[in-house]
Amino acid sequence: MAKIIGGVATTHVPSIGKAIADKKQKDPYWNPFFKGFDFVHYWLAREKPDVAVVFYNDHGLNFFLDKLPTFAVGAANEYRNEDEGWGIPVSSSIQGDPALSWHLINALVADEFDITMCQDMLVDHSVTIPMGLMWPGEKWQGIKIVPVSINTVQHPLPSLARCLKLGRSVGRAIESYEQDLRVMIVGTGGLSHQLDGKRAGFINKEFDKLCMDKIVNEPDFLTRYSVHDFVEEAGAQGVEFLNWMAMRGALTGQVKELHRNYHIPISNTAAATVVLENRPSAERKAA
Amino acid sequence: MTQDIPGTTMFDGDQAQKGLALNRMCFSFNSAENRAAFLRDEEAYCTKYGLTDEQRAAVKSRNVLRMIETGGNVYYLAKLAGIFGLNVQDIGAQQTNTTVDEFKAKLVAAGR
Repeated sequence: MAKIIGGVATTHVPSIGKAIADKKQKDPYWNPFFKGFDFVHYWLAREKPDVAVVFYNDHGLNFFLDKLPTFAVGAANEYRNEDEGWGIPVSSSIQGDPALSWHLINALVADEFDITMCQDMLVDHSVTIPMGLMWPGEKWQGIKIVPVSINTVQHPLPSLARCLKLGRSVGRAIESYEQDLRVMIVGTGGLSHQLDGKRAGFINKEFDKLCMDKIVNEPDFLTRYSVHDFVEEAGAQGVEFLNWMAMRGALTGQVKELHRNYHIPISNTAAATVVLENRPSAERKAA
Repeated sequence: MTQDIPGTTMFDGDQAQKGLALNRMCFSFNSAENRAAFLRDEEAYCTKYGLTDEQRAAVKSRNVLRMIETGGNVYYLAKLAGIFGLNVQDIGAQQTNTTVDEFKAKLVAAGR
C-alpha cells in the first residue's frame, strides 16, 4: 500500500528561478533562503519518495482567466514547463504518474470534489521552482509528480476549510492505493506578500508565524479565517497558503514539524520552507 | 458586506469581466514572438486584443495602478512589465510612489 511520508511547503517566488540560473545561492541576499534547503535535501535522501503530489497555483501558463478551474488534477505522462513571459529559464520536463493521478481523480469525484482532470498540463514556476529547490540541477528523474492546481487568483477562491478537506480526501485516496509507493506532499507559495495596489510590499511576520505554528497540529484553527480575512492578514497573494492547507490535509497521521526556515524578504515575499513528517496514527496501525 | 481592504483590489468577477481583454493580451506575452510584436507596434497590438480606451491609456502610460483599475490582474501585468525588464519590486515601487531602493528597504524592515 502507498504510504504518505510527509510534506514540504515552500515559497515559489519566480526570481528564485533566476537566482538558481545565475548560481546566486551563496550570495548574502539569497543564502538565508537557500540554506533552508540543506535539511530538505537530507530528508529527501533519507526518505526516498517515489511520488510527490504537488498543490500549487497556476499564474497564467496552463490556465487563463477565461476557463479557470477551482481545483484541477494533472493526469499526464509528463509535465512540461514553458515560457511564462517574465524571463525565468524554462525547466526540463517532470515525469507524471497517470495511474496514481486517475486513482486520485476517481476518489476525489467519488468524495464529491468535482475537479477538472487534465491529461495535458503545463506546469509553471509554482511547480518547477519548488522541484528545483528540492532536487538542485533538475535531478528529479527519480521522482514522479501529480500536480493539483488550486485557484488562488480569481475570486471567489475556495475557502481554507475546503482546501484542507481537499487535502484530506487526497490523503485518504493515497492510503487506499495498492502500489507500495512512498508519497510526499508538497504545498507551494506564500507566505505573506502583496504585489498589487498601494498596499504592495505588505508583509505580516506575526501572522506568518501563527500560520506556520498552527498548520502543524491545529490546521482547523486556521479555517476561522475567510479568504477575505486572509488577504487582509497575509496580503493579496498570501492566499497561496491555500496550497499549504491542502498539503497539510493530505498528512493523515501524526504530524511533527522537522524543519522550518523563514526569511524576509525574497523579492516582495516572506519566504518560508517547512518539512512536516507524517506517521501513521496509532488507531490506524491497530486497524 | 465585507469591509474593503485599503490599497487592495480584490480580483473578483467584476474585475475579471472588466479586465478580460487586457489580461488576455498579457497572457499572449508568454510567447516571445508576441512580445516582439507588441514592441514593434504597441498600438496595433492593443487594437488586436480589443483593449478599451482606458486600458490603452493605462498601458501607454505604463501606470500599473491604472491598469489594475481597468481590470488588470497583477500576475498578467507582470508579463507586460517583463517586456520592459521590470520586476515586481519595480512595479511595487511605482504603485507605492517610492523609489525601488526605498521599496526594498521597506521589505527588509518588515523582517526585523
